[in-house]
Parts: sequence; structure tokens; C-alpha cells
Amino acid sequence: MTEAFIFDHVRTPRGRGKADGSLHEVTPANLAAQVLASLRDRNELDTAEVDDVVFGCVSPVGEQGSCIARTAVLYADYDQSVPGTQLNRFCASGLEAVNVAAAQIMAGQSRMTIGGGVECMSRVPMGSDSGALHADPAIAYKTYFVPQGIGADLIASLHGFSRTDVDSYAVVSQQRAAHAWERGYFAKSVIPVRDLLGGTLLERDEHLRPGTRLEDLAGLKPAFAVMGDQAGFDAVALQKYPEVEFIDHVHTGGNSSGIVDGAAAVLLGTRSSGKALGLVPRARIRAFASIGTDPTIMLTGPAPSAEKVLKRAGMTASDIDLFELNEAFASVVMLFMQRLDIDHERINVNGGAIAMGHPLGATGAMILGTVLDELERRDLSTALVNLCVGGGMGTATIIERV
Amino acid sequence: MKFQVDNDGIAELTIDVTERTMNVMTPEFLADLSAAVDRIATDDAVRGVVITSAKDSFMAGADLVALVENFDLQGDFTSLYEECRRLQKALRKLETCGKPIAAAINGTALGGGLEICLACHYRVAADRKDAVLGLPEVQVGLLPGGGGTQRLPRLIGIEPALQLITQGKHVRPAEALELGIVHAIVTPGEEVRAARKWLAESGNAQQPWDVKGFKMPGGAGLLHPGVVQTQMVGTALLQKATNHNYPAPIAIMSAVYEGSVLPMDKALAIETRYFVSLLRDPVSRNMMRTLFVNKGAADKLVRRPEDPPKREVSKLGILGAGMMGAGIAYVSARAGMRVVLLDTSKGKAEKGKDYSRSLLQKQIDRGKLPADSAADVLERILTTDQYDELRGCELVIEAVFEDRDVKAKVTAAAEEHLAKDAIFASNTSTLPITGLARASARPEQFVGIHFFSPVDKMPLVEVIRGKTTGDVAIAAALDYIRQLGKTPIVVNDGRGFYTSRVFSTFSREGINLLAEGVNPALIENVARHAGMPVGPLAVTDEVSLQLSHHIMQQTKADLGDDYVESPADAVVSLFVEKLDRRGKREGRGFYDYPEGGKKRLWKGLIEHFPRAEKQPPVEDVRNRLLYVQAIESVRCLDEDIVTHAADADIGSVFGWGFPAYTGGVISFIETTGLPAFVAEADRLAELYGARFEVPDSLRSMAKSGRTFYGDVKAERDRTAA
Repeated sequence: MTEAFIFDHVRTPRGRGKADGSLHEVTPANLAAQVLASLRDRNELDTAEVDDVVFGCVSPVGEQGSCIARTAVLYADYDQSVPGTQLNRFCASGLEAVNVAAAQIMAGQSRMTIGGGVECMSRVPMGSDSGALHADPAIAYKTYFVPQGIGADLIASLHGFSRTDVDSYAVVSQQRAAHAWERGYFAKSVIPVRDLLGGTLLERDEHLRPGTRLEDLAGLKPAFAVMGDQAGFDAVALQKYPEVEFIDHVHTGGNSSGIVDGAAAVLLGTRSSGKALGLVPRARIRAFASIGTDPTIMLTGPAPSAEKVLKRAGMTASDIDLFELNEAFASVVMLFMQRLDIDHERINVNGGAIAMGHPLGATGAMILGTVLDELERRDLSTALVNLCVGGGMGTATIIERV
Repeated sequence: MKFQVDNDGIAELTIDVTERTMNVMTPEFLADLSAAVDRIATDDAVRGVVITSAKDSFMAGADLVALVENFDLQGDFTSLYEECRRLQKALRKLETCGKPIAAAINGTALGGGLEICLACHYRVAADRKDAVLGLPEVQVGLLPGGGGTQRLPRLIGIEPALQLITQGKHVRPAEALELGIVHAIVTPGEEVRAARKWLAESGNAQQPWDVKGFKMPGGAGLLHPGVVQTQMVGTALLQKATNHNYPAPIAIMSAVYEGSVLPMDKALAIETRYFVSLLRDPVSRNMMRTLFVNKGAADKLVRRPEDPPKREVSKLGILGAGMMGAGIAYVSARAGMRVVLLDTSKGKAEKGKDYSRSLLQKQIDRGKLPADSAADVLERILTTDQYDELRGCELVIEAVFEDRDVKAKVTAAAEEHLAKDAIFASNTSTLPITGLARASARPEQFVGIHFFSPVDKMPLVEVIRGKTTGDVAIAAALDYIRQLGKTPIVVNDGRGFYTSRVFSTFSREGINLLAEGVNPALIENVARHAGMPVGPLAVTDEVSLQLSHHIMQQTKADLGDDYVESPADAVVSLFVEKLDRRGKREGRGFYDYPEGGKKRLWKGLIEHFPRAEKQPPVEDVRNRLLYVQAIESVRCLDEDIVTHAADADIGSVFGWGFPAYTGGVISFIETTGLPAFVAEADRLAELYGARFEVPDSLRSMAKSGRTFYGDVKAERDRTAA
């Protein structure tokens, strides 16, 4: 099997996913094109050498519809021979795109590919694409569908994570993200987003709230309590988990991932194709795996997907230097640490989506890049990148520096 | 069905199903309707049609008795599908025949009756206070199979239509007009004239959904955000309400959703497929049989001895103005009787009357009752501490403390003032009637009338025949219950009679599970998910541990060495004697009841009942809680405590809330299948104790392939032959 190497990656800063967000005025095609252009320019890449561009996007409708990947390729002035494809593995789409791009190389069918993702949540709101999973009565009924916030609260209720526990986790995420920005740990890969005239729209993640204290978070209202009670979702969750007396709604806007706009891209290829283009491999893809888990609680995929990918790579958790698990909700990461017995010092070391936001289709590619930069900074070798996924799934990838 | 064409070419189609007080869908009616539609479509002399009814109401729905009878005879899916499409096809032909059709809805139109109207181009309803329009099929486990799930949403939008169809709600004509279900309402008697007027003046012969470019009001399909919200939240609320036990509501939502984006003809086919799937489901059979057919028969006093002449209570005496006495006083006064509410002091009796005052005030506040009618009800309740006020009462019910001596005293005191033919009843829930009747000077006129709490809400009344109780007393008790509009069952005497005896096995089993170290949240949730209205621990709190303790002591004293201890006994004693956690009223029992907050399982439970290492599977908890009730019910049938499977079913569903989807305790066994039930009970007996051992009678029935209702039918056929 051919090995797939990572040569470079870039991401946009994450803009607040609201009308006052700095990236709100940027179209998804434009945002995606800017990461593609940056990848090309800083590597002096002859884009005709790129065999495919795979992009994740979770709400591929409206201006994110009609295959946003090919749209962005054309808009970024890539060679017209470069095709594009868009995929959807919900929150892991960005990582899945990297995996699929890598798979083409590993399978010997491509030599140079780009995996990445884009989501402008301020412009194409979450849920814009609708879906049978939650709105076709027969399917929502059969799967005991509940929104993922309820699943996150259910995880906390099942495992006894209190409001203070999840808030404390969120405080650390904010501290770590602020510290990493301060020290410039992200500088290598975050590109400024520009407007038509070349002016800078945004160069730093703007969702962070550095200095957030536990008592600030304690005052926030539970985000899913009303929905759980009045729309009947708590009752549905208990039908699947009758061992829980009631759902303790511990998650708030302060300990869940933020809604943001953003894009990311990762350049992959064979060692020889890189060499021909003068590119130096930074890491290789050791293994990747996705898995399905209970769709009701929805967010317990990370541990099984990690175990699956570790097994595939012939490794154990102790062989991994750094873990990066998307901070969809605090309880998701806390459960993962408990299940794999991972110290907080080894996971999400520069914060995560609670502080910086989670642009659904792009996040997977972003955190893969973030942890690769951190491996280099610390001069460590291996990382496991992981996301919980809607519909009850998990997707994980192991990278190893070369 | 009468078909008359006048000189203007207007045909009047009058529905009048013979030998029925109400129009219902019979095979003959369907054939008539199809023929009439064919004639309307082809007869050039017919230019327009008015459909109305010769009965007081327009039309009720399907003939449920026939559906229950035929449940086991139904053919395969294909033939059933074709048969179920007949009404749909006739109605589709009617609305597309090119001639204007108007429905003159002279009274109540339910189910298939309303569906006929929906297939008309114009609907005018008589504005009657006693008339309702609706699609109630869900209440018997079905869906409207005559186009109702497709036409109603197209008429008024998906969300309002779902609210009506998934809940089986009906509306008055005025509300139907507001919703857009009918085009007009008129003074009763004017509806045919109004329909004719529409035919003469407008007579548009095209349904909105057959007009090109038709759009569903409020939108349809999953790219419509409102629809997504309706269906996502609707599906969750539906699961909350049904716990996945009732197939009809979800089938309705699916039929509406899938049909809403299709042309009418394809949409109707979707509806029929879902309809057939429900018709083949034992849940619909169970619900039709128990909730409709057998309950209907009970309401009409099927068990009433024929000989005693019909009696009516005009003056009722109630001894004891506690919670039960107060409730009985309310429902009786509400039904028009004069009530003497007697307690040891006038003040106590007045306190009992306060219950009626507060219930009536609530209804006045909600605009459901005029203040003067409420005043009339209150005026009918006389409070007193004087026994001579009971003079002239045709029936006296004692609802005093559950103590034999107290009961004996009030019985004697009351009877002194009663006419010779007056009936005396005890509302005891636990003390055998035969023993209590010994205090009576005329034990043949002494009967048990067991109400459930809260009396105004609970539909069932259990009539208990003591050893000495005569037919006159049984008949009188039943006549009185009919006056109240409640549903009676008649049972024979025995400890706890039928309902209390069986229901106590449920709460006791819940406490047994707790004593074994099973997670109490699991016990309570599984009970509710199985369809019980309240978990066994919560219900014990509500009834009060104190009362359970009292009954336990009394039973022990009565039975002596015959008393069989259960692990639950020790738990009840612990809570009452040592922990002083006596139930909900005291704010502490198995649960804590924080003021203004939701009840929560008491955190201390885990200390007294350490969690067992291995928790039982959900299936075992569920089956233990349901089987223990079903098995005890079979014992009651064997001991002749309850005499008919139908009564056992009705008593369980309406008396203590055994889940309706099962059709009741006996239908639950039959739905499981007797051999499968016995096998599972054997497994439970081996794992959890002898209380799950089935009686030999059930084992032999299972072996010989008999069923309870099969036996009933065989018996009926034999009698008929």
C-alpha cells in the first residue's frame, strides 16, 4: 500500500457565526477558495498536479450546495483539470475529507490530493439541509432521535458529570486556547481572510472569551432544558436509557462548541510526488476509522472509533503522544478521557471548539492541522484526531511525524 | 341509502343504515355507496348531489364489533389492502366525477362519516351544540382509512390536521368552521337548503388539491422548516405519550408526511398500507375489543340480573365525608341526585362538600359551567351529622374508615332510618363484603360499591357481590352507576376483591425489585415505559406507605398462619416504623417532594438497598411488573372473583390503568400467546419466585390451544346454536 503524507495545511480563523461575525460577509465558496489559494501560493504548487479536492460540508444547500468543492476549486483559479467532491459525515466531515483524500493516495489512485472543509454557519444555518434522520417521523421514531445537546446532557447524567465538572473543563479550554494564541502556536497555519480589495477581514479566532471564570459560566442557562422538557426529548432519551432517573441539563453555550464560520485544507500526497514538487512531508497518515454507535445518545463514538483505529494501526493509547478530540460538548471529551484513561494534559492541549468554535464541515481538518503543529512544536511523534458525529458515529485518524 | 333526483337534476343522497340507531360503515352501506357514486358519475340526469343523513347524527365511523369479530379471519395483506381501498376509491371517484357534491352535515360526523364529507366539494354543518366532527380512529388503534389522513391536511395544513388525527380529538361545528373543515354552519334544519343553495349558485366541482399548482396550506416536505419542526417535535412528543407501545399515532404521522408530497391517488395508497398494517396489529383488536365493544356492553349493564325492575336513585346517603365520600357526593350530585353527606360533625361534612365547591369553581373559572348550574349542584348536597336525615334515601354508601367495628356501627345506625327496600353499600376497598354484611339487618340488600380515587376522574366502579348479596342489590348498584355515567364490573367477594388484589401485586413487585437492589430509576422508568401510568414506588407513595402498612397488618391479623410474607413487607415496615417516611402526603416516601419542584427518588434508598452488582435486563423488569398482574388475574378468574375475561380486562384498564394497548390483563396474555406466556412465566418463576407460577388452568389452556376469548366465542356460538 502506498503511504499518504501530509505536506501542509492551512485554516482560516474562526469568525463568530452571527450577523456581527467578521466572516459573515464572506461567501462559503470564497472562504474555501482562500484556503485553497493559500495552500497553492505558499507551496508554489502547480495545481494541475492535484488529482482531487475533497471537502466536507454539513449543510450543503444554498450557497454551500451544488458541490462546494468543485465550486471553490474554480473560484480559486486552480487548474480546471482539478475535480472536487463534497462529502458529509456531519461534524467529522473535515477529517473524513482528509481520510478520503488520503485513501485515494493509499489506494494508488491519486498522487496528490487536498482534503478539507468549509462551513459558514452564519450564512447557512445548521439544519438548513433538513434530513430524514430527525424529520421523517418513521425514522426519528425508530431511532429514538433526540437533538445532540440532549445526548450530551444524557452522557453527563449517565456518568455523573456535574455542572461544575463540565464548566471547569470549559474554563481550561478557554485558558489553553488563549495561551496558545498568545504564544503564537497557531501562527504557522492560520491565514488572514481578505476582502475584495485585499484588506484583512479577520486574522484571529474571534469566538474566544479569554479570562472566563467558573463563576461566569455558572450563571449561564442550560441550553437544552426547555427543549428536553417541552418538546418531549428527555422522555425519548429515557426510553432508551431507563437507568437514568432524569436528564441533568448541564450544558450551556459556555461549555459547548461555538457556532462559527471557517474553512481548512490539508495537502496530501505520495512521497515521490511531493519530492517532484519540492515538498517536504511533515507526517504520514497511520490509520483512520469510522464507527457507528447508539444514535440516540449520538456522541459516544469517539472511544470506540479510537479503539478501532488504534487496533488497525497496531497501537495502544499509550503509543499516542497527543489526543485531539473535538470539543462538541464538554461531557464528550470528559467521557473519552474516562474511557481511555487519558490525562487531561495529553488531550486538546491548545483548547478546542468550546473556546474557538466548531465550523461543522471544516473542524476535522482544522484540528488535524492544529495537533500536527503542536507535535512539531513539542517534538513529539504521534497524535490521534477524533470527533463525535451526528447520527451516532465516530471518526478517528492517527498521524505520525516523519 | 336513499337516492332521489329532483327536477333540477339535484340528487339527494340520504344515508340511513337499517337496523342501527346510528349510521355505521357496514358492507351493505359500502356497496350502496359505490353504486350511488357510479350512478352519479354516469347518469346525465344528475347535475349535482346533496349527501345527508336520515338519522339524528350524520354518521359514525366503522363497525368496530365487526372488525373485532373478523380479526382472526382477515385474509392476507393483498386482499385486505384491496378491500380497505373500496371506500377510498368510491370517494375519490365521487370528488373527481365532475359534478358538484355538497355534504349537508345534520349532526355528528365521525371517522368514515367525516371522511365522506371531506370528499365532497362543499360542507355545511348544522350548528348544533351536541354535534361533533372528528377522526377518532386513533383511540382504537387505527387511522382514518377513508382518505382522512390525506384530505384533512390538504384542507387545513399538516400541523392542525395532525393534532386532530393523532389525538382523535373532535370539534364542534363552530370550531370546524374556524379550522376550515367546513365551509359554513347554519341553523339546524337548514343544512340541506344551504347545500342546495351552494349547488345552485357556485357548484365548483373541483377539490382544491385537484387544481393544478395546489400547495398544501402551511407547506409540505422536509425542505419546509415549519414542517421539519412539526414532525421532529411531533414525533418526540408522540413517543413521550405512547412509549412506543401504540402503533397508530406514528403510522398517522408517517401517512400524513409521506402522502403530503404525493398526488392524491398515490397518497391514498400510502394511507391504506398504513391502515392495513394497523388493522393487522393486535393492538387495534385489543383496543377495539376492550375500550369500545366490551366497555360499551358494560356501560349498558351487560351483567345486570334481569329480574329486578330498573331503579333510579333520587336521594343518596353517604356516610363519611373523607376523600372518597366527598368524591362520591360530587359525582352523584352532578348526575342530578340529592345527596345527604353525613359525618360525625356538621363541620366535617361541610369539609367534604368543599371538595365539590372547589371542583365546580374550577369549571366555572374555565368557562365550562354556568355559575347557576354549579349552585344547583351544591344545593343538592345536604351536610349533616344526623342519621335521621337519611330518611328517604334509596341507596346509602358508607365510606368511613377501613375498620370493621366503625363500619358495623354506621351500618346499623343508618339502616334504622331507611325504607325496607333501600340498599346499603360499602365503599370498602379491602374488607370482604360478606363479613361487613353481618352488621346489616338485611344482608341480601348489602352490596359493595368500590369507587376509585379520585372519584370524579376514575371511570370504573367495582360492584362486589357478597355471599348474602341478592340480585336486587346488584341490579340497584348497577342502575346507580349507570346514572353516574361510569363503567361497572361485577365481582365476587374476596380479599381486595379483584382490582385492589391484582393492583397490589404491581406495587409489591416494584418494592420487591427495590429490595433486591435493582436501580429504582430503572424500576420506575420501565414500569412507565411498559404503559403503567405511574411507577410502583411512586404509586405506593401516592396511596401512602402508611395505608399499605395498615392493610398489611390487617391482612396478617385476619389470615394468621396463612399469610404469605413477601420481601416487600419488610420494606414497607422499615419505611413506616423506622424511617418515618410514610408517603407523598408527608412529603417523604420512596421519593422526596421538594416544595415547588419535581419529585426525586430519595437519595437514601441506596444505603438501605445497596445496588446489586448485576442489574436485570429491562425485559425482565418489564415482564415481572406486567406478568405478576396478569397471573394474579387468572387466579381471580379461577377463584370466580371475576367471572368474565372481558370484565378482568375492563377492570384492569379502567380501574388501575393497566396499559390500554394490551387490551387488559387477559388480552395481554392472549396477545403474547398462551404458550409463550406460560414459558416466560416459568422462566420468571425459576429466577424470581413462586409468585410467577401460573395456575394449572392456564397451563392446560395453553397446552390445548384454547384462549379466553376463544372460549367466550365458542360458548356464544353454542348458545346460539
